[in-house]
Amino acid sequence: MSYLYFPGCSLKSSGRAYEESMLSVFSTLGLKINEIEDWNCCGATAYMSISELKAFALSARIFALAERQMQASDRADIVVPCAACYLGLNKTRHYLAEHPKLRRKIYKALNAANLKYTGRMQVRHPLDVLNNDVGIEKISSLLVNPLEGVQIACYYGCQLLRPYSDFDDQHEPSTMDRLLKALGAEIVDWPLKSRCCGGSLTGTVQDVGLRLSYILLKEAKKRGCDVIATACPLCQFNLECYQSRMNRYYKDKINVPVAYFTQLMGIAFGLSPQQLGIQRLFIPLKSGAGHVCL
Amino acid sequence: MSTVGTGSNDKCKIGVYVCHCGINISSKVDVSKTVRFAAKLPHVTVSREYKFMCADPGQDLIQQDIRDGRINRAVVASCSPLMHEPTFRNTMAEAGGNPFLFQMANIREHVSWVTLDNTAATEKAMSLISAAVERVVFHQPLMPNRVPVHPDVLVVGGGIAGIHAALTLADAGQKVYLVEREPSIGGHMAKFDKTFPTLDCSACILTPKMSAVRAHSNITLWSYSEVIGVDGFVGNFKVRVRRKPRYIIEERCVGCLDCIEACIYKSGKVPDEFNEGLVKRKPVYIPFPQATPLVAVIDAKTCIGIRTGKCKMTCIDACERDAIDLNQSEEINEIEVGAIILATGFKTFNAKRIYRYGYGKYSNIYTSLELERMVNAAGPTGGEITLKNGQKPKAVGIVHCVGSRDNKTNKYCSKVCCMYSLKLAHLIKERTGAEVYNFYIDMRTPGKGYEEFYDRLLEENVHFIRGRVAEITDWVMTPEEEGKLVIRAEDTLVGVVRRVPVDMVVLSVGLEPQPDAEDVGRLFNISCTREGWFLERHPKLAPVSTFTDGIFLAGACQGPKDIPDSVAQAGAAAAEALALIDRGYVVLEPNTAYVQDELCSGCKTCIDLCPYGAISFDDEKDTAKVNGALCKGCGTCVASCPSGSLQQYLFTDDQIFSEIKGVILYA
Repeated sequence: MSYLYFPGCSLKSSGRAYEESMLSVFSTLGLKINEIEDWNCCGATAYMSISELKAFALSARIFALAERQMQASDRADIVVPCAACYLGLNKTRHYLAEHPKLRRKIYKALNAANLKYTGRMQVRHPLDVLNNDVGIEKISSLLVNPLEGVQIACYYGCQLLRPYSDFDDQHEPSTMDRLLKALGAEIVDWPLKSRCCGGSLTGTVQDVGLRLSYILLKEAKKRGCDVIATACPLCQFNLECYQSRMNRYYKDKINVPVAYFTQLMGIAFGLSPQQLGIQRLFIPLKSGAGHVCL
Repeated sequence: MSTVGTGSNDKCKIGVYVCHCGINISSKVDVSKTVRFAAKLPHVTVSREYKFMCADPGQDLIQQDIRDGRINRAVVASCSPLMHEPTFRNTMAEAGGNPFLFQMANIREHVSWVTLDNTAATEKAMSLISAAVERVVFHQPLMPNRVPVHPDVLVVGGGIAGIHAALTLADAGQKVYLVEREPSIGGHMAKFDKTFPTLDCSACILTPKMSAVRAHSNITLWSYSEVIGVDGFVGNFKVRVRRKPRYIIEERCVGCLDCIEACIYKSGKVPDEFNEGLVKRKPVYIPFPQATPLVAVIDAKTCIGIRTGKCKMTCIDACERDAIDLNQSEEINEIEVGAIILATGFKTFNAKRIYRYGYGKYSNIYTSLELERMVNAAGPTGGEITLKNGQKPKAVGIVHCVGSRDNKTNKYCSKVCCMYSLKLAHLIKERTGAEVYNFYIDMRTPGKGYEEFYDRLLEENVHFIRGRVAEITDWVMTPEEEGKLVIRAEDTLVGVVRRVPVDMVVLSVGLEPQPDAEDVGRLFNISCTREGWFLERHPKLAPVSTFTDGIFLAGACQGPKDIPDSVAQAGAAAAEALALIDRGYVVLEPNTAYVQDELCSGCKTCIDLCPYGAISFDDEKDTAKVNGALCKGCGTCVASCPSGSLQQYLFTDDQIFSEIKGVILYA
């Protein structure tokens, strides 16, 4: 199986550990993956709220580049690990399919750069690919280092699921739970797994952003979680990097590691910490998760 | 060609009448243009327009033209023939014409209501008028068939609607068959403790009617039975009813409960349907103390005696009246009835479908129907409202519109939930003294005494929070929320998001069509709405009739309804059935098949195909012969006849081909 890959800006900067661990896990599973050449920013939420047309044009260019990279008749799925990119690209696909006026404008813009968009590429999240293309059976067959005794709270966030997810339930997702459970982990019953982490509010209206993240962490800790698994670079950043500030603000003592689900999968596959970017975590995996890591 | 196939010596003179229907037609169709167009069509001697052809002055136009000898056939271009074909056929007949020398062109439902462009609408109207004119030339004078009506009535469903309809008919002297799927009649109403807004005891007003059904000499009650086949037509239905084996001989059982006592299971094994699964029952059971008929039933799926034969069968020894027969098999009864009333009811929304409300995940979350059982003195808790730990709740949340007014589940309002939620709120407050929080989108309390009941609840200090509940969860933010269920909702009157910690949640589930409503609809040849409710003939003017003559609707099978509305509709359905029976006959379309002897080769293909056994073989003439009294006009034989000898009145080849020609000629 081979896929095109759109990393987006986070996976090359703050979310490097996500890229490193995902690529390592994919290669362990024998999945081929080609990065889209000359890719650009997806437009994310910021651009979308200032100029929709330009945001759609940015995303459409990514699709057009992906189409150019493939043979004219070939179809390929684009793997998009970042939840914001996943939302932006899916939104563009849906809007271009549903609004002919917008489509004509975007076609014109792409035409100026000698590019074409036909809409034959699907956007896929790694959780979708791992569950539906690879399958739990194959994944558990590669298990060498079971995550036994590790209490994991699986965190999906909001953008990955709503409103475009077709691979998982939009309110009660379970794909990550199933993957990590198959690798021996114990999944914490945590009803907040699809609630917003605060997103970019942490940088703009910080008291609101912090509060939203704190609600998640406090409840996860209460339910005995050793590590939170995420599938989004911004969620990972919000939940991990602001913990000391939250502790000051709310007079609490939260210290929960927040890892990408691909890092935890890599650990279970027996990959080295370096291959998985474990050293990049601010809050080291210790306690329950540590013993399987080291 | 003027007299070809007309069956009349008169020259064919056609009048065309185009209706404006107020502006329903004239706002899209250029009526004057169609009238000028029609005037030039062959055989047309009169072409007129009028604002409402169905009104008396409109009909007078046709009648005057007939009396003055200007026309002997008519085409009315107006609405659907379902609406006014009988009207205009009568118009013809009253003026001395034959009602069947008439054809309707539907330029409202088929043209003006469904066409955006005025030019296109006018063109289409003209082509349909052209078709009708070409067709009516070949119409023959016919006489409608009169068939006697069987005086018995079948009522399907023994809830309050079916019970009321059956009693009304039986009191009027008709013989009624009441067929109920469950072991007892009573339906949902039998499960309720109190009824809104009067708070009178549900059982106290229902059970006398149930006993009356049992005792009435005109009612044959078949419980634990289902209709499996319906043949025939209005006035003359043949119905097959399957009586499921209850493994108890109904005539011998007196409901003494000895068999239930003696069952080798010392306690309940199966979720008790009548108590919404809150408790368990034994495989042999009587659904509730006032069950009618008061006869035990054995559930074959769970009785080990029936399933494996390896049981001590203590129930058989215990029954002094030898009423138990584990070898009983189903019985099929065939009956003839003149009218059928469907009162098959509803089911409640499955609350598990809205995962974020936590039903089935957290304890102490109940559906409204479960709570009805809990507050019922005859229910599993003897009327006590208690939490799983045995304590009384201090705070209870009632969530409205669960599975109603929701794009993701059901878009419609279930109509009864606001009122029953108020009733439950009152009962909870009365029995436990708990704080009660109602979360609503809009309070909908139209009805006699309903708004006053809402006022009363406000006086009783029940809390009302306007906002659809987002989720019911167990994650807590404050020490007060610890160990509670937290209801999160936006209070849209204040503009804040509220978290209300409670001990118990009641989900006010909406009403849905029965899961097999589509199948039942097909069985009785009636349609369902998109949601699955049975479709009435007209939403305002024929609310209990269906598009199949002789089949009427009562109660919630037609749409969400409370008890007063269900009873009113049941009375109306009974009256419609009585009107049919009282008249004594039905007039049937003379659309039967007939054989043209000179063309019949005697191949007998049609004889086996006829579903009604209406075709026989005439050995003397060597041709097939149709019995007009048995023929239902389905057209199967006509389509299959290799020599084209079989024809059908109102649908002869000439008529159909000329109608097509009319459209093509115009184009």
